[in-house]
Amino acid sequence: MPVKFPGFRSRRDAFPEKLWTRCPSCSEQLFNKALEKSLHVCPSCGHHFRLTSADRLEQLLDPGTFVERDPGLLSQDPLGFVDQKPYPDRLAAAKLATGLADAAVWGFGEIEDQPVAILVMDFGFMGGSMGAVVGEKVARAAEGALAARVPLIIVSASGGARMQEGTMALMQLAKTMAAIERLRAAHVPFISVMSDPTTGGVFASYAATGDVNLAEPNALIGFAGARVGAGTIGQELPPGFQRSEFLFSHGFVDRVVARADLRRELAGLLRYLHPGPTEAAHG
Amino acid sequence: MVDRILGRTPKPVVEAPPAPTPTPAPSTEDRKAAVWARVQLARNLRRPRTNELLAVMADEVIELHGDRLFGDDGAIVAGFARIGSHRVAVIGQQKGTDTDENIRRNFGMPHPEGYRKAMRVMELAERCGLPIVTLVDVPGAHPGPESEERGIAEAIARSVGLMTRLRTPIVAVITGEGGSGGALAIAVGDVVLALENAVYSVITPEGCASILWRTSDEAATAALAMKMTAAEQQVLGIVDQVIPEPEGGAHTDHEETGRRLKAAIVHELDRLVAIPVDQLVEQRYRRYRSLGAYTEVVTEIPAPTAPPRSGLADRLRGFLEAGSRAIPAPLQVGRRDEPPAREDV
Repeated sequence: MPVKFPGFRSRRDAFPEKLWTRCPSCSEQLFNKALEKSLHVCPSCGHHFRLTSADRLEQLLDPGTFVERDPGLLSQDPLGFVDQKPYPDRLAAAKLATGLADAAVWGFGEIEDQPVAILVMDFGFMGGSMGAVVGEKVARAAEGALAARVPLIIVSASGGARMQEGTMALMQLAKTMAAIERLRAAHVPFISVMSDPTTGGVFASYAATGDVNLAEPNALIGFAGARVGAGTIGQELPPGFQRSEFLFSHGFVDRVVARADLRRELAGLLRYLHPGPTEAAHG
Repeated sequence: MVDRILGRTPKPVVEAPPAPTPTPAPSTEDRKAAVWARVQLARNLRRPRTNELLAVMADEVIELHGDRLFGDDGAIVAGFARIGSHRVAVIGQQKGTDTDENIRRNFGMPHPEGYRKAMRVMELAERCGLPIVTLVDVPGAHPGPESEERGIAEAIARSVGLMTRLRTPIVAVITGEGGSGGALAIAVGDVVLALENAVYSVITPEGCASILWRTSDEAATAALAMKMTAAEQQVLGIVDQVIPEPEGGAHTDHEETGRRLKAAIVHELDRLVAIPVDQLVEQRYRRYRSLGAYTEVVTEIPAPTAPPRSGLADRLRGFLEAGSRAIPAPLQVGRRDEPPAREDV
């Protein structure tokens, strides 16, 4: 289930400090300043580049409203895991490359003056993989949204559970779903936004279970890695397999939303998705 | 032995697995071989699955079929059973014993409809006040296109979520392969047992090896690194109790395996049905809420304000709750301003 993170390239590789970036989809040479202005979407073919968590928050929230919570959560190495590199070294390298503590950031903010709890994942940090810290932040974000009675928004970008934490990472599926279920029982709405990629254990927990599920165009969204699936089953994969539009046509995504429209769409939905009344006895 | 592998001080293992270690300090190669032998035992074709175990443990089994949405999945068995003095709902995974049955049961790899059948029966059990017993043995959920089309990830997520909140006792048993999300989907419980040679992992060792070592030949290395044996999982706190298997493994003696497992399950059911259900559900929430290893450093105080726009009622509630903090709070959804520095494993 946890799908491979396509390499641990540093952010500097993905967005080189040079002036131009080549669009992987249409091969157009894009001026980096222009790319930034277009929200990291290729102006010629619409390819959505991956965003850092900071860029994502800046694009979605009203300026200056974000208040981060729990920034001091740090991953441990419960298994003493060593593959080709020890896990602590991988963590250190990811911290250095991204300036982040782990693969998710959460806090409170506002979208067109509507308060929300928001968690965004960062693919640049070990493929956005979910270990104990990401799981803990998701659970705290859900509990925080419940306590404040404001809607929860999670923007996913992840290859799945973090293998280096073994079943501890797998248990984050249960931890996050337990918190999401409580949020749901308390009638506090949850919007899941899936960006490229949202796979494995992240898709098989909170990302798939929003009250409303949104996806950016052509994002890779799936349970098993396409390679794993094809290898195991020896079967032709349908065109567009595990892309946003595939999920949309099979009924698991409510709306495929281009990045330029995402903030407006979220604001529109938030005008309907108010925390509703519950039986007094709840909780 | 396992403690030595983990380099930890031994903690009281409820029923210590036998397997005497010949050498005092086994080499990495020996440890790899030992772990790999367990993986092979967990995958043994003659290992007892749900139906074989129920044949020994239950006086009566009534199987239920279909998810009411798409079809019936042979890879998951669901229904009612009487185990000792308990009438329970049983959910279990089932591999085939021969080629025909394996095709019918899809080699024990459930599709979404399998998990949706499981959820249907578990919800029914909750409504009828029946405890739930799950028997987990799955290489992984089916990874093919049909599975994705019908929403395997959504089915797993919903099932995991449902089990965290069901208002009835749940005893989960890892009997063979605990293969990632496909296993967890029916393995959330108030107590998690494991047979001695069962394994539990976030990804198959082959999959882990091909990603992190770039070759599936390193599967044994990955299996060792992931600490996936039942005893190691117990040390990590993911498994609560390990049930010893007969000499040579569960496949050598289904009767004896079933007998030992039945005793453990009945013991846990006796204990769990006596716990008030509110407390049970809260304990289960806490169990999963606390799994995971992290530290917390309070580097800077992240803006001391309350969450924006919390209403008067919320603030009042927070104020009132602050006084009653001495009692183990049922759900600490409130203040997160000063989370305790902690190191959980």
